[in-house]
Amino acid sequence: MEDDAPVIYGLEFQARALTPQTAETDAIRFLVGTQSLKYDNQIHIIDFDDENNIINKNVLLHQVGEIWHISASPADKGVLATCYNKTSDSKVMTCASVWRMPKELESGSHESPDDSSSNAQTLELLCHLDNTAYGNMAGVAWEPMGDGKKLISLADNHLLLWDLQESSSRAVLSNSVALEGKGQLKFTSGRWSPHHNCTQVATANDTAIRGWDIRTMNQIYCIENAHGQLVRDLDFNPNKQYYLASCGDDCKVKFWDTRNVNEPVKTLEEHSHWVWNVRYNHSHDQLVLTGSSDSRVILSNMVSISSEPFGHLVDDDELSDQEDHSQEDKIKEPLQDSIIATYEEHEDSVYAVEWSSADPWLFASLSYDGRLVINRVPRALKYHILL
Amino acid sequence: MRHLGDLSLVLVAVRAALALLVVSFPREKPPVRDPGEWGPHVCPSGREGLGVGGRKAQASRYAEALLWAPREGEGGGGRGQGAGKPRRPSRAGPRTSTDHASTREAFLTKLRRECPLSQLMDCETDMVKQIRALDSDMQTLVYENYNKFISATDTIRKMKNDFKKMEDEMDCLAANMAVITEFSASISSTLQDQHEQITKLSGVHALLRKLQFLFELPSRLTKCLELEAFGQAVRYHSKARSVLHQYRHMPSFRGIQDDCNKIMAGLALQLRQRFREGGSGAKDLAECVELLLLLGEPAEELCAEFLSQAGVRLEEELASLEAEVDGGVGDAGAPPPSDILEFTDRGCSRFVGNLCLVAASYQALFASREGAPTARRQLATFVDGLLSRYFALVERRLRRETGLGDNSLLVRALDRFHRRLQALAQLVPESGLAAAEAEGSEIVARAARERTGQYLQALRGFFGECLTDVRQALAAPLPRPLGKEGPGLAELLASLSAALLNQVKAVLSYVHLFTAKDITFASQPYFKGPFCSQGVREGLVVAFLRSLCQTAVGFCEGGAAGGERGGGCTPPALLLLLSRLCLDYEASTISYILTLTDEQFLVQDHSPVTPVTALCAEAREAAQKLLNHYVKVQGLVVSQMLRKSVETRDWVATIEPRNVRAVMKRVVEDATAIDVQVGLLYEEGVRKAQSSDSSKRTFSVYSSSRQQSRYAPSYTPSAPMDTNLLSNIQKLFSERIDIFSPVEFNKVSVLTGILKISLKTFLECVRLRTFGRFGLQQIQVDCYYLQLYLWRFVSDENLVHFLLDEIVGSAAHRCLDPVPMEQSVIEVICERGETSLCSGFKTSGFNARGNG
Repeated sequence: MEDDAPVIYGLEFQARALTPQTAETDAIRFLVGTQSLKYDNQIHIIDFDDENNIINKNVLLHQVGEIWHISASPADKGVLATCYNKTSDSKVMTCASVWRMPKELESGSHESPDDSSSNAQTLELLCHLDNTAYGNMAGVAWEPMGDGKKLISLADNHLLLWDLQESSSRAVLSNSVALEGKGQLKFTSGRWSPHHNCTQVATANDTAIRGWDIRTMNQIYCIENAHGQLVRDLDFNPNKQYYLASCGDDCKVKFWDTRNVNEPVKTLEEHSHWVWNVRYNHSHDQLVLTGSSDSRVILSNMVSISSEPFGHLVDDDELSDQEDHSQEDKIKEPLQDSIIATYEEHEDSVYAVEWSSADPWLFASLSYDGRLVINRVPRALKYHILL
Repeated sequence: MRHLGDLSLVLVAVRAALALLVVSFPREKPPVRDPGEWGPHVCPSGREGLGVGGRKAQASRYAEALLWAPREGEGGGGRGQGAGKPRRPSRAGPRTSTDHASTREAFLTKLRRECPLSQLMDCETDMVKQIRALDSDMQTLVYENYNKFISATDTIRKMKNDFKKMEDEMDCLAANMAVITEFSASISSTLQDQHEQITKLSGVHALLRKLQFLFELPSRLTKCLELEAFGQAVRYHSKARSVLHQYRHMPSFRGIQDDCNKIMAGLALQLRQRFREGGSGAKDLAECVELLLLLGEPAEELCAEFLSQAGVRLEEELASLEAEVDGGVGDAGAPPPSDILEFTDRGCSRFVGNLCLVAASYQALFASREGAPTARRQLATFVDGLLSRYFALVERRLRRETGLGDNSLLVRALDRFHRRLQALAQLVPESGLAAAEAEGSEIVARAARERTGQYLQALRGFFGECLTDVRQALAAPLPRPLGKEGPGLAELLASLSAALLNQVKAVLSYVHLFTAKDITFASQPYFKGPFCSQGVREGLVVAFLRSLCQTAVGFCEGGAAGGERGGGCTPPALLLLLSRLCLDYEASTISYILTLTDEQFLVQDHSPVTPVTALCAEAREAAQKLLNHYVKVQGLVVSQMLRKSVETRDWVATIEPRNVRAVMKRVVEDATAIDVQVGLLYEEGVRKAQSSDSSKRTFSVYSSSRQQSRYAPSYTPSAPMDTNLLSNIQKLFSERIDIFSPVEFNKVSVLTGILKISLKTFLECVRLRTFGRFGLQQIQVDCYYLQLYLWRFVSDENLVHFLLDEIVGSAAHRCLDPVPMEQSVIEVICERGETSLCSGFKTSGFNARGNG
């Protein structure tokens, strides 16, 4: 079996939204939301059979509009949130809702992909995040490792914190904060930090990155001019609580220590166009994935600023994550930061890249033309990190 | 006596003759021996013979050889058994004359017995012949010697007579001599008394004179003192001192001694006084010291005093120098009252000169005496101390020499300083001045190094100033439209690079003074080697070129990180200009400057130096970075414009397009301005093959076939797949476009880069929006307009078409009601827009028009 060959899946529609099924830790499953103004939009549930290198898909109809953002609940496999465009009377409004997918699809199905489009099932609306007072929804983020009851959403210049009640059938706005300033401020992206008891959220607007304490809704740090141009995406290092990665229209990926926001810890400039997405690997935070509108996906090995600068050590805090793997205690030389691979399977701008929640060595990337590519971390590197 | 010599000659001759006789005799008188025993006795007898008389034995051997010779000849004569025979004679070789009788007998018998008669006869005749020859030889010898013998006898007889006469005369002489001795003895005995008296008298006279001298001494000394003839006084006193000392138990002498001592003490006091006052110059001082030493003053004390005296004066000079150095300090960096040359001059002539004198006289006075090592050490520490202070002063003064104009004063001053020190060291070779000289050289080298450092700083500063000037020049023509600020750019570049080159040359010529031929320190190995290669070439020229590149690159980093992060925004034209400057440097200037340096400084040192290629590579890299950054900045400007225009508009509720949006005109204007700007500095560059009617052709392709095929099918139910398929196939055949990719050093490439960035931004922004019907149409119009004007700027027009297609295609996808506008209408609108814009472009010969 050719292990490292990418697996490509084509959607009929253009697509921007991609998420792993966060609550699923056994099967490799991604959710893709399509963008079409003329047809019913869909959510594709992509199951990847690692053993046989086969993709199984299921399609759910998402009739309310084209999907701009999608995120899966960390607690319930069947629950997901989308941000979608609603068009009415030549008015376009971006809304967000929480949905539940049909039970039988939660953990994948074994239908053949061919006939799935004919009998596509629809999503069940759990609740609507009412944003009429706040503006267009730019994104939704679930509380990481939470019970799937809390989420934040970004609506223009508002950061909204929602509580889902009554088995997620009602969303109550529990807290909110508005970004004040001159001009039209708009959040472009937000991430919920898994550290500090999940009390911190980072958002990006224009060229600035801001950190918020959601208990008080106060700003805790602000990186002005983090990028030369618009900041497109953020991600927290899952293992180092103060480390944050950002990317933007200046083609750069920057790594920040939020305790010292004057200078980035490290800057990567590998893409030749805007970088839309940056993702830390959930287990091995030296692996950083970026997707760009130069149609490339780049996997970087940022060992020097990772939690394992000398390779994997047994006495690391995240030992539990690694217990399945070999625990040979070898102290290695400090490794060099490097670009591991550049994936060029896409032919249009890549707007989303995501690691699988089940397999730390596998990731998916989605380009605008609807092409989903599933790739693996090169074997040599995998063994290098593990052993 | 001559006879005696003759006699000895004669004797020698006689002896030789006798020896010859002996040689020939043994044949006649052989000692009798038992003939039967010859065999076993061979060896002992031979040995005995040799032991008794070597000479005799030799002679007999000779005779025997004669005897045996015929037989040997006969053996060779070829009788059958010749092989066995010759052994015997050879074995019998060492036999002596004692054996001869028996041997002869045996031989004869044997001969008789064995040889045939004829042979015997032959043998006999042969022998007779030989004997005859020997006889005649002997006779000749006897004759010759006989004559000599007779003359010798005559001589001896004559000598006998002469000796007898001589003996008589000798007797007579002896008698006479005895008489003379007698007389002489009597005379001396008579004169003895008188002689003794005279001796005594003369002794008394001398004593009296000495005494008189002693008695007169005090008065003389006083007189000397009066006349200030100290030297004389000291000489007198030193003569008398020991005597006075010896006889001091006698009251009269003691009196004199006391007087003398008193006077001498006075004298010493006076001398010391003089010594202490010290005003009378080093020579007088030296005299004083000499006298004092003669007076038995302790040398070490004098040394110390001498040095302290000299020290005071030197200190004064140092102080005056110091005052001079610090003269201007109070006025916050005002220039010191005198220039450096004057300062060194003064320092050299006064301080160093006096120090020299002091050291020399000190050595003359003290170094030759006992305890010289201590004295020398004292002098060394003294000189070291003073010199180190002096050096410190000089260095302080040198450090203040920061004016960057003419270097010659400084160099001359340093030269003088160095020369003087060298002279000093040569004059007083042992006084630790060699080290001082080394330190002096070190100071000179340091000053030179510092100087090059200052020049580097100055060059950097100059570059900075130039840049400021350029920035001002760029910023100055404020009200002018974008397109017209350019023309000065080429001149600015030319003047900037000329100014830089001139400055570098000037600095090189200044620095070159350090290695001029008439400068003494220029011949030092440091100035010949490391100064040229490390100091000037690396430290000055290469460092400047490097810093130039770095400064230039700094502009793009500052722009990238700080463009919006608070750093000063660099005008793009400056980036362009610097990029061209770096490129020019890479192409020629660097190698020119380095060659110039190498020629001027004839770098002999073979320590590794930065190769030209490395610097060129650096410069090229800088140029590339700057140009890339220029493209980025300009692209950003244009794309920001486009982005704002896309993001701020409500594309769903927009009205039907009547015009090209102003922002598109602005984009074209900017592109034109940039084109002009870049064109001033960079060459045109190559385009992909392009026919004269390209605008029409591509336009038609764009508008009808491709454009239509891209979004026309989106009405049909089977649309999505087809569209994807189509666009994917299209992409399959078009190359991937790197948006922010490095550009080449030509205009077309730069413009292509900028437009790529702009259009890609346009595309991405369009994809983030949702369009109404008219929104799509507006985009169509805009893109067509861009299509009309932008192709001419880029290297590959297909690139522009591809991106514009993508934009329109994406807009169509994002359109709620995709009804495209009629192509003809688009053309009309664009043409209308063009006419309104035309006035601006006609000047630049712009005549690309739609085919409508």
